[in-house]
Amino acid sequence: MDTGRPTPTRRQLLNAIGLMGGTAAVYQMMTTFGHAAETRFPGPPKLDGARKGSTVIVLGAGLAGMLAAHELEKAGYKVQILEYQNRPGGRNWSLYGGDKYTEMGGATQNVGFAKGNYLNPGPWRIPHHHKTLLHYCKAFGVELQPFIQFNHNAYVHNVDAFGGQPQRFRSLAADFEGNVAELLGKAIDQKALDAKLTAEDTDRLKEALRSWGMLDKDMRYVKGLASSSHRGFELPPGGGVNGAPKPSDLLPFDQVLRSGIAANMAFFMNDEFQTTMFQPVGGMGKIGEGFAKQVGHLITYNAKVTKLFQDKSGVSVTYTDNVKGGTTTAKADFCVCTIPLTVLSQIETNMSEKKQAAIAAVPYSNSVKIGLEMRRRFWEEDQDIFGGHSFTSQEIGLISYPNNNFFQDGPAVLLGAFAGGAGGYRLGGMTPEQRIEVALQQGSVFHPEQYRKEFLNGASVAWNRVPWAMGCCARWNEETRAEHYQTLVAMEDRIVLAGEHASYVGCWMEGSLLSSLDAITRLHKRALEA
Amino acid sequence: MLRRLLGAIALSAALAAPALADEPGPGGSKPPVAKTGEEVYRTYCQACHMADGKGAKGAGAFPALAGNERLGTTGYVAFMVANGKGGMPWFKDALSKEQAQALIGYLRTHFGNNYKEPVTAADVEAFGQRPTSRF
Repeated sequence: MDTGRPTPTRRQLLNAIGLMGGTAAVYQMMTTFGHAAETRFPGPPKLDGARKGSTVIVLGAGLAGMLAAHELEKAGYKVQILEYQNRPGGRNWSLYGGDKYTEMGGATQNVGFAKGNYLNPGPWRIPHHHKTLLHYCKAFGVELQPFIQFNHNAYVHNVDAFGGQPQRFRSLAADFEGNVAELLGKAIDQKALDAKLTAEDTDRLKEALRSWGMLDKDMRYVKGLASSSHRGFELPPGGGVNGAPKPSDLLPFDQVLRSGIAANMAFFMNDEFQTTMFQPVGGMGKIGEGFAKQVGHLITYNAKVTKLFQDKSGVSVTYTDNVKGGTTTAKADFCVCTIPLTVLSQIETNMSEKKQAAIAAVPYSNSVKIGLEMRRRFWEEDQDIFGGHSFTSQEIGLISYPNNNFFQDGPAVLLGAFAGGAGGYRLGGMTPEQRIEVALQQGSVFHPEQYRKEFLNGASVAWNRVPWAMGCCARWNEETRAEHYQTLVAMEDRIVLAGEHASYVGCWMEGSLLSSLDAITRLHKRALEA
Repeated sequence: MLRRLLGAIALSAALAAPALADEPGPGGSKPPVAKTGEEVYRTYCQACHMADGKGAKGAGAFPALAGNERLGTTGYVAFMVANGKGGMPWFKDALSKEQAQALIGYLRTHFGNNYKEPVTAADVEAFGQRPTSRF
């Protein structure tokens, strides 16, 4: 691709443009390069000068609530947080050995994982451009490590392809791309693209297809060392006398299409599923703990909010103590309410009818996660899979391999299911024991020799049955966005809502934090105007 | 044939949708297709309304369907299942007309409910829709 003249580096180009057109031109150009468009985080808010004695009550000690409390306290407000659970973090949560979890309906699980092992029932991975979250992780001392999002050596399984045999991602992807390249090459030869492309561009495209699809000199995708270098070898290159590699057979293209591999490839192109991704060392719940180190002194636990009222003089919140019983009414000048809409829609309030309609208009998705503790890391030891996901069309959706403690002996926890939609409902409707059985049965398709043999114990969380969330995430659609979103996020007198449900980054921690920062910025402005 | 084709189109539309949440990925989480009313209930409903139809309590509550007088009005049940309410999602795109008809008939005649009047095709017109945009 040598054009015969030196190409300026990006920095040189930006400098030159800056000299000619100033900062605005640089910004414009940076956006074109995609460097300025990845985040909506403007940096931590600079709120200060709260009126002396002003008070805020925050409902919910999830990330949105704790961030609001932290920044408002810094700004000079007197803050109190009410939390339904006996722990901080909300949906930011990890289950460890020794934990006890009771879901709605009464089923109780005693988690039996070995020390250090965990299941992240909710959030489990962080995109590199979720800068609000990354900023506060750093600020609050939460150590992050890579989350292995994309593993070419993991499997893709579709019950409708290859007689139900899983295939390696790399083989399916290579065969899909190779065949597409060959077909497109044929289309070019048949002049099908002549109306679209100049002869010069057609040549460029053909060369691109050859190198991208690993085609031979005749533009064919065939068994050989070229295709094997993408899809994997029958016998990989070695040393010495018998070092020569042997190429692998190609998969039948009709089966490759049936496997749905293109959708898996597209999944990784989604901007929120691109590498690099991160996870906290020791479990996702470490983020909630990190936030709680800042604001833990403000939290009242086991507080079930039953009433949320406001009038000209302030906000009053009535709550009962889940453990000791007894009812308290707390008062404040303002309120940041982060209670999930599933629950908030059932709390007595005198917010406007329009606001209540918005709160009741957003249903929640469901998902189910299942952790399976295995006696040893057979996926690493026997199948060379280090982190990443094996996908399946079965209810469990995928299994995902741990991203830490590689090569270690001793038990490790696999994510044995991440089920959504219909599969999530069905798994969610099962008892915890039934869920484990389904996870073992369906996950065995990837590791038939080891899966049941090495299984030690498991734990599951069906989000619709989580007592304090009653669902996974807010599920907006075009109609409800148009009719209710602005009403939902608007500060109404003294109350403002925050959380992933009050964002366009739904179901991500980043959405809850961006929502929170926006909410408290408006609250602070309102408070100063009052 | 037409139904199969429409099913395939709906499926491809679902696969082509951009991810707007942290989700499992494409193609997964397909349970066995529920046919009878009971199968539909076990697949979609008991996750919240529980195996015995009695609902459950947490920070809020999932209402009981057992002994629920509102099930006496077919149109009410059909509307709720199709459109959801509060935290309950809509199922007008998840369930086919046949599944909805079977489910509503099942709900009206089980869990202590005894409303024998059959559910008609007209009652479940709202179902079998294409997936709704999620943005």
